[in-house]
Amino acid sequence: MPDISEYVFLDKNKLDFFVSKLNTRQRVVAPVRKGVKSYAFAEVPSAKDISWKYIPTILPPKKYFMPQYETIQKFDKSKRTWETVVSSEPIVILGVHTCDLAGIEFLNAMMSSAPCDAHYRNRKANITLIGIECLDYCDGSASCAVMKNELPHGGYDLFMTEMKQGFISHVGSDRGRNIASDSRIFTPAKPEHIRELEELRARKKDIFKPEINVSHEELKNLFSQSFESNMWREEMEKRCVSCGNCTNVCPTCYCFDLRDELDLSLTTGERQRVWDSCQNETFAKVASGENFRKKKGLRQRHRYMRKFYYPVEKHGLYGCTGCGRCTRTCMAKISLKETINKLAEEQQNSKEPVLNQ
Amino acid sequence: MNRQVLIDSPYEVKAGMIFQTRKMTEFEKYFQIVLPGSEDLGHEPGQFVMISIPGVGEVPISVSSSPTQKGFFELVVRSAGMVTAALHRLEAGDTVGIRGPYGKGFPYRAMQGSDLLFIGGGCGNIPLRSLIHYALDCRSRYGKIHILVGCKSPEMMLFVDELSTWSERPDINLDQTVDQGGPGWKGKVGLITKLIPPLAIEPEKTFAVVVGPPIMYKFVIQELLKKNIPSGQIILSMERHMKCGVGKCGHCQIGPHYCCQDGPVFTYEEIRYNHEAI
Repeated sequence: MPDISEYVFLDKNKLDFFVSKLNTRQRVVAPVRKGVKSYAFAEVPSAKDISWKYIPTILPPKKYFMPQYETIQKFDKSKRTWETVVSSEPIVILGVHTCDLAGIEFLNAMMSSAPCDAHYRNRKANITLIGIECLDYCDGSASCAVMKNELPHGGYDLFMTEMKQGFISHVGSDRGRNIASDSRIFTPAKPEHIRELEELRARKKDIFKPEINVSHEELKNLFSQSFESNMWREEMEKRCVSCGNCTNVCPTCYCFDLRDELDLSLTTGERQRVWDSCQNETFAKVASGENFRKKKGLRQRHRYMRKFYYPVEKHGLYGCTGCGRCTRTCMAKISLKETINKLAEEQQNSKEPVLNQ
Repeated sequence: MNRQVLIDSPYEVKAGMIFQTRKMTEFEKYFQIVLPGSEDLGHEPGQFVMISIPGVGEVPISVSSSPTQKGFFELVVRSAGMVTAALHRLEAGDTVGIRGPYGKGFPYRAMQGSDLLFIGGGCGNIPLRSLIHYALDCRSRYGKIHILVGCKSPEMMLFVDELSTWSERPDINLDQTVDQGGPGWKGKVGLITKLIPPLAIEPEKTFAVVVGPPIMYKFVIQELLKKNIPSGQIILSMERHMKCGVGKCGHCQIGPHYCCQDGPVFTYEEIRYNHEAI
């Protein structure tokens, strides 16, 4: 039985008031519709602008933690000085799916592992996260159940679940407690709310089932034994076009480039951190001309290993949240679920002769 | 939007003053760099720094001086890309940005009491020099010292004066070769791998330290294994594209390893089964 004191209730007719109240203190961003099937986190002056039922946004909320272009240093050539800077402002991200909460948790772990990235840390300290529970699959590209992200596992300040009369909200932090303590908006949760939440979660168990033929626990081993698979040198080599879409939209991809931009005075300028992609041909190329990941297929192998093998070995975390963005955005229609199923099948086939002996 | 000055950013640079420069070959230039207040860099042999020119960019460069050398440190830079070309245009009195040292250097403590076999190819001789100098400055801590040096042609040979001094020392066995000879070259011609079989070494008490281009590792390691040097005593320094130096940007990954943090120095044992290493 969940601890009822950790829950508050938000009546549906108070939603507008809640969003405008949040807006009085800081910028509020939430999913808004951009096209027929596309959504983006953007500023929402009122609750009416929010698309509560949405499939994962084009870009994940990582853009607020680590913007695509970020000034990390200002320099002055004439004075021979460097100043390391961070620009950030308080912001509330409202309506974050559990897959994206998991993505942020992953980024937190990577960026705070020594040495801590102070730029990321400072932005993160200014961000309030309010999650929303998914009651059904976004679409067939998602694989959140096998990645165990169909249910919340923390990493939020407040987590809302839509029910008949309103939203039952779990308080996940002191910051969340401050928001929830506004009695004009939230009321204490009642036992019947908790019951309804439990029924809803029980129904979810029938909806969310492992989407691939490999279990959560077996995924790491599957990949650790798939380095020499034909998948990379043949299929991926032929199909992938190295556009880098998959890494840009990935909630756990954080590879970057550092670039100097001189302004028109040619004296002052800034060093920027810019998103980069391991799928770009020059990503692992050194100045002598040697390219340590020259083949497209091997660059894809690297991407998959960074989701399903390396971070599991090193940090005990999968780098895939199951959001399905890479599949949705792929120009070559490479599907993550199909790739994994094929690898599993390939490995099964290679094992069979041994079993038959 | 609040702009705030950070004091604990891993990307913070110090102003390094170029104290002396010297052209070494057509492509390589030597830099002696002094940090503010002549502060020591505090590096270990085999580590690298990120050096930057504001407005141009930042690159990783191996330190080629030994930590026993106080007050300044030395870099030897090959002009290969945009930043290194710009570095070549700088002279004494110019300022560069320095951060680091970064990475895991050579295991110079574990090597104490052992014989050392240094094998350097081309640019690889630059980081190797930091350890050679360290071993020579602490000569009594190490056993026999063999140094094998190779490069493409005689005019590309680095540290020629030092090599000639070392070749005269009775406590150093030095051998050199070039891939292609040239006018005035009286030494050996051929690949560096050829210098390994004739060596008289005791494999169990020898550490082989190999630094060179990727192709060299493949063949040199085979020769060292034939000599029965244990794979944990074959030390390699790997080159990769690096942007951050602190294990974040992803460019330098060799399989699960970040070359900038877990390396650049690895034992052959550590990376022999890594699909992306050699």
